Amino acid sequence: MFKFIVRRVLQTIPVLIGVSILVFSLMHLVPGNPAQIMAGESAPKEQVENIEERLGLNDPLPVQYWNYISNAVQGDLGSSIRSGRDVTTEISGRFWVTVELAVYSTILSVFMGLIAGIVSATKQYTFTDVIIMIIALFGLSMPNFWLGLMLIQWFAIGTDLPSWVPFFDDTAWFKPSGWGSFEQIVLPVITLGTAGAAIVARMTRSSMLEVVGQDYIRTARAKGVKERVVIYRHALKNALIPVVTVVGLQFGTLLGGTVLTETVFAINGMGKLIIDSIQARDFPIVQGTILVVALLFVLVNLLVDITYRFLNKRIDLD
Amino acid sequence: MGEPNVDNNTVTQEQKPLNPRVESWKNFFKKLRKNKAAMVGGIFILFFIVVAIAGPFLTTYEPDKGEIVNKLAPPSADHWFGTDHHGRDIFTRIIHGMHLTLYIGFFSVILGATVGVLLGIIAGYYGGRTDTIIMRLMDVLLAFPGILLALAIVSVLGASLNNVIIAVAIFSVPVFARIVRGSTLSVKKLEYVDAIRALGASDTRIIFKHILPNVTSPIIVQATLNIATAVLSASGLSFLGLGAQPPMPEWGAMLSDGRNYLYNAPHVAFFPGIAIVAVVLAFNILGDGLRDALDPKMKN
Repeated sequence: MFKFIVRRVLQTIPVLIGVSILVFSLMHLVPGNPAQIMAGESAPKEQVENIEERLGLNDPLPVQYWNYISNAVQGDLGSSIRSGRDVTTEISGRFWVTVELAVYSTILSVFMGLIAGIVSATKQYTFTDVIIMIIALFGLSMPNFWLGLMLIQWFAIGTDLPSWVPFFDDTAWFKPSGWGSFEQIVLPVITLGTAGAAIVARMTRSSMLEVVGQDYIRTARAKGVKERVVIYRHALKNALIPVVTVVGLQFGTLLGGTVLTETVFAINGMGKLIIDSIQARDFPIVQGTILVVALLFVLVNLLVDITYRFLNKRIDLD
Repeated sequence: MGEPNVDNNTVTQEQKPLNPRVESWKNFFKKLRKNKAAMVGGIFILFFIVVAIAGPFLTTYEPDKGEIVNKLAPPSADHWFGTDHHGRDIFTRIIHGMHLTLYIGFFSVILGATVGVLLGIIAGYYGGRTDTIIMRLMDVLLAFPGILLALAIVSVLGASLNNVIIAVAIFSVPVFARIVRGSTLSVKKLEYVDAIRALGASDTRIIFKHILPNVTSPIIVQATLNIATAVLSASGLSFLGLGAQPPMPEWGAMLSDGRNYLYNAPHVAFFPGIAIVAVVLAFNILGDGLRDALDPKMKN
């Protein structure tokens, strides 16, 4: 196991180097002079030169890359063209917001997805199964930014309810923007978690069905073990292994998805920071944020792989 | 369907032996026809293609011209889906936007699949260092979650519809490369490839004539599902203002406009979203059906 972890960590290093090269290249792939673009078309020459100087754009590319990466390792990702503040400071204020959003959404998608998947698999080809799978297919096909807008429309702007409905006058139960309070968290988490829930549900269903068809489950049933025990103690345990991988990948997709969700709900996370910075042509921030999100994703994938191996090992030992 | 009712010894000139490739396609269509959901998905896609082609003849309004006095009008008999903030007919804009959506979906996937398939087949066929280099590059591309890579590319290339197609294509390259490499590795080991090589066939001939046709099933399945993803990603980029620019009737951009009128005219954001869901759903259903028909291993 230890050997596996070391090998897997070592495999991550070339990927990280590749990611850093790609992110570093972003600024240099821009058609034209990046300093001119950042300063604005009509900016005076001195300002452009100033940016070139600050970003070291006059050095040879390998030197620039080396400087970028050695500074990045020490936590220095340069400074914002717009505000002049450190990129690290800009990101650190928003990092946890995005991570919280992605983690809550992952929890929601795993919770909803597992329940839906198990119910669907245990009631295969029934009306319930068909309905759950249709809903999952819709969940998968819905643009999350549209779902977000619709949720704002229905549950933040809300509609008046008829007088016979107890407790509530209208459906404006949550807030349409911001992050922090319960009323602000619910809608973005549903928005971001829905597609994930659909994927987990589909994966759990197919994984459960595969496991349920195996001999040891038939043996357990033949021995007279209660159906509930068969499903939850015997089948689910093994069916969950492939689901772990999907959940890990989902976390990454959700990290990417935060860009849209944060824009819809005006949440000041890393996703919105990327968009604002792209529009302002503030490349150091774009680079820094993309680098941080990619690193986070690589790290999560590493953890998922190790967990997967660990789960498999346990089963081998059993 | 043509059952082999003669044994090899009695094949005459008139009775040509059955072409196994034609047979397998026939078999595939037979299976696909049995999958009702896939058929529904396919029929909807055909319908969308017809709408995309015939769009301009289906409505009497212009997609870019509106009556400002009639702005943000709710759905009515005159304007089925209502009008937007410029008084433009939303139904007309959605119909006209169909070809943009399909164009983005098909082209980005064709572009991404072509590059991905080539890289995957080369990596799988040649193995060794070529394989390592290609696949590590793919790992780097896969290290960017979701649409982040597309976002990074558009940030460099600038906001436009064609740049979105390139960005979405690049982000789908590694998916195809991985799948095709895997299939190539298993096909490469088969005896018939050794036999063809022994007969003196060149690598290019082996790759394109003998390996590629045998790895098409997973490519078709993935391409169909990827069109759904491409449509979602591209509309997302346009929603963020990084894709199609106004006044193009692109659905993501229309949704973005609608965002500002959620309080007084929610229909502006509602209908473009429904259109995206319909197209993505159709491709997802067809993709699922194709997978069941073409890739029995993945069927449950």
